[in-house]
Amino acid sequence: MKRRPVPAAWTVVLLAATLSACSLTATEEEPSAATGGDAGGRVVLVTHESFSLPKKLVKEFEAESGIDLEVRAAGDAGTLTTKLAVTADNPTGDVAFGVDNTFASRALDEGVFATTDLEVPAGAGDYTVPGDDGARMVPVDTGNVCVNVDTTWFEERDLDPPATLEDLADPAYRDLFVTPSALSSSPGLAFLLATVAEYGDDWPSYWDRLLGNGTRVVDGWSDAYFTDFTGGGGDGDRPVVLSYDSSPAFTVPKGGGASTTAALLDTCFRQVEYAGVLEGADNPEGGAAVVEWLLSEDVQAALPDSMYVFPVREGVALPPDWEKYAEQPDDPFTLDPADIAAHRDDWLEQWRDLTTR
Amino acid sequence: MTAPVRRLLALAALAAVPVAVLGLFFVVPVSGMVARGFWPDGEFAPDQVWEVLTRDRTLRVLAFTLWSAAAGTVGSVGLGLPAAYVLHRTALPLRRGVRSALLVPFVLPTVVVGVAFRQLLGAGGPLGFLGLDGSATAIVLGLVFFNVAVVIRVVGGAWEQLDDRPGHAAATLGASPVQVFRTVTWPQLRPAVVSAATVVFLFCATAFGIVLTLGGSRYATVETEIYLLTVQVFDLPGAAALSVLQLVVVLALLLVAGRTRSTPVVRRPATPHRLRRSDVVPVAVTLLLLAAIAAPVLALLVGSLRVDGAWGLENYTALSTTGQRDALQVSVTAALLNSLRTAVDATWMALLTGLLVAVVVTRRSRSRAERRTRRLLDGLFMLPLGVSAVTLGFGFLITLDRPPFDLRDSPLLVPIAQALVALPLVVRTLVPVLAGIDDRQRQAAASLGAGALRTLATVDLPVLWRPVLAASGFAFAVSLGEFGATSFLAREDFPTMPLVIFRLLGHPGELNYGMALAASVVLAATTAVVVLAVERLRVTSVGAF
Repeated sequence: MKRRPVPAAWTVVLLAATLSACSLTATEEEPSAATGGDAGGRVVLVTHESFSLPKKLVKEFEAESGIDLEVRAAGDAGTLTTKLAVTADNPTGDVAFGVDNTFASRALDEGVFATTDLEVPAGAGDYTVPGDDGARMVPVDTGNVCVNVDTTWFEERDLDPPATLEDLADPAYRDLFVTPSALSSSPGLAFLLATVAEYGDDWPSYWDRLLGNGTRVVDGWSDAYFTDFTGGGGDGDRPVVLSYDSSPAFTVPKGGGASTTAALLDTCFRQVEYAGVLEGADNPEGGAAVVEWLLSEDVQAALPDSMYVFPVREGVALPPDWEKYAEQPDDPFTLDPADIAAHRDDWLEQWRDLTTR
Repeated sequence: MTAPVRRLLALAALAAVPVAVLGLFFVVPVSGMVARGFWPDGEFAPDQVWEVLTRDRTLRVLAFTLWSAAAGTVGSVGLGLPAAYVLHRTALPLRRGVRSALLVPFVLPTVVVGVAFRQLLGAGGPLGFLGLDGSATAIVLGLVFFNVAVVIRVVGGAWEQLDDRPGHAAATLGASPVQVFRTVTWPQLRPAVVSAATVVFLFCATAFGIVLTLGGSRYATVETEIYLLTVQVFDLPGAAALSVLQLVVVLALLLVAGRTRSTPVVRRPATPHRLRRSDVVPVAVTLLLLAAIAAPVLALLVGSLRVDGAWGLENYTALSTTGQRDALQVSVTAALLNSLRTAVDATWMALLTGLLVAVVVTRRSRSRAERRTRRLLDGLFMLPLGVSAVTLGFGFLITLDRPPFDLRDSPLLVPIAQALVALPLVVRTLVPVLAGIDDRQRQAAASLGAGALRTLATVDLPVLWRPVLAASGFAFAVSLGEFGATSFLAREDFPTMPLVIFRLLGHPGELNYGMALAASVVLAATTAVVVLAVERLRVTSVGAF
């Protein structure tokens, strides 16, 4: 039969796969804990899936401090906070990074973080959680969730792009806006909070108008930006999208020149991410050393390229593209984390009722 | 030792391993998380839980869950039955290739399928005129897209082995094809169909990503609601209430399904027949289904080959890198290897446990209590499909956290969790076949002096061989595509393909987006090839020894 050799070939393929897999558990040996340095030992950093830093920086840190850093990154900021909250009595690590200001109160209420006497670097003081003031949760980075517009789209049509939240509800901009859901996306929630900060108790009526003006709500940020947005590289049909203040730095055409998108700086909500040593950690000194390292100049300078956020430390240079195209708002919307914690349930439920048909 | 006692001991010994696995990795974590809700501050406070159940919203959410799952099941069975017939009973050219290709949707990450679906159904897409984007219909279509393969596999595997002589006899006596199907084929096929439908229903009822992506987050199911209450709102009593509700519904379903399942039938593998004129309708349905499944996959393929508005392979060559601005910790090719390794582990775990379960639940019972026990076990192993991944994931963290089971950071948790998801599929593929073996054959073998192992090798194994391969392909595919539990448990330095794809999609940069599409295509192709390879291993002569 002509076909004979084929099964044999498949068998080889399969065997190769099988053999490589047999080593799965064998190769997964834990590196023995390194010693030396002040803090030393193994430190487990619990964080969310967007955490990323250049490998070189991590290696340098490990060499200098004698710490063997193990990163456990999974889920989004909400999942991370919930994970920390339910394991507060027996934490899965020594230090955590990535709880943001929309979840900060939950972490503090559940006693997730231990007090440290770390010195907060100049500039970072503006971002601490009111009431905590950096005792438990130390700000590491900040970024703003802002409405973005496809400037090319508007230029081609000789239209002025919208500028404010109010503009988005203007019939002149009907069917142009797409935003991720506040229920399943953290920028989506930030945008809801921006509208709460702007309109106070009247935010539901604003959303009524917004939805009446043809706003499309989709599941997640990547969905909105890559599928629905005209400026995201996909075949989208919406020139206005919810994204970040840093997004325009990523839409500069290859030859250079101006970015093809812009952030509307009057629509921004500020997000801050925190780090802290976990209560009940096996290695609190090592954890504190990691927090300090996150605030060091080198790591702060690497934040924009690695995690698309701005450093909190003053005087840290930004990458050239960011310097040029990623403009930060002077006066973004903010809300007290305690306020967010107290009303999140309520707001989300109202928002759900407004957007769910 | 008397014979009945020995039987019971043997039953207990066989069941011990699977039950221990299920207990440790499923029952303990889920009860731990639910207990958190019932005892919010260490005090038993069931009123908070009760309050959630009486909300209007809970009722609406439950109703939508049941409706969408039922619609998804009906659609999958309706389209899957004709396809199972065509692909397993007729000599359709290329049917093996088609069969493994149909498993592709099963492994595609929901995020990616969501993107592909939305590119087709969205306002600017080729099917945009249907206005389905963000509708409940889109969700149901997505559910069918993902689950029709389950029906084709489970039912096809059983159909392949049906004795076709009674059908021929009926036809000779003047029965129309419809009559033959209704009176001869259907009664024999029913256990497999019910099995498949049960699994599909559970998959649909616990679907997460697809409901959010295709429904534009406008529709809530019990599963999405549990996520919302646990992660966004941190209302653990509420989440516990919904988890219990979910369990009750699943148990009720399993009870109903269990009653209609078991009818042993005589099997004799039939050779596929050439296509006949009466096969027009099922063939047409199969081709339509293929087209419907191919469309989003093709959209992905096309997208992965577009670079800066022109055709190119750059997205593929970039797979050996960590992406634009180092979006990833490891290269996509390394992640593919991780996925394959994890999948092999998950597959043998699921197969081993699944085989034990299948053998235990299908052996003839001598007493009522014994039958009850077997039936209970049968249902028990379906449960992991019906319970929220969020509850299970957080449950792992709070219960497996102390010696001797301090497993929170074990790299083995990922394949174990994936094996738990694949287990019901394995069991459901094997049980109908094993149940179909006439116990008198085993008795005959025994009376001729064959021991238990030899009986297994000469009576069970020849029949079981093909379904075991089918089940292993299935388990492999499930593991390759699993996202929910894996994203929760995987370690940063050992990510699997779906995690890498998800990460690429979350990072700005056109190359990262293109790479995500290319990686999805690679994952899909790998799955199809591996499944095809596994099925090629079928040794037809095994029945001879």
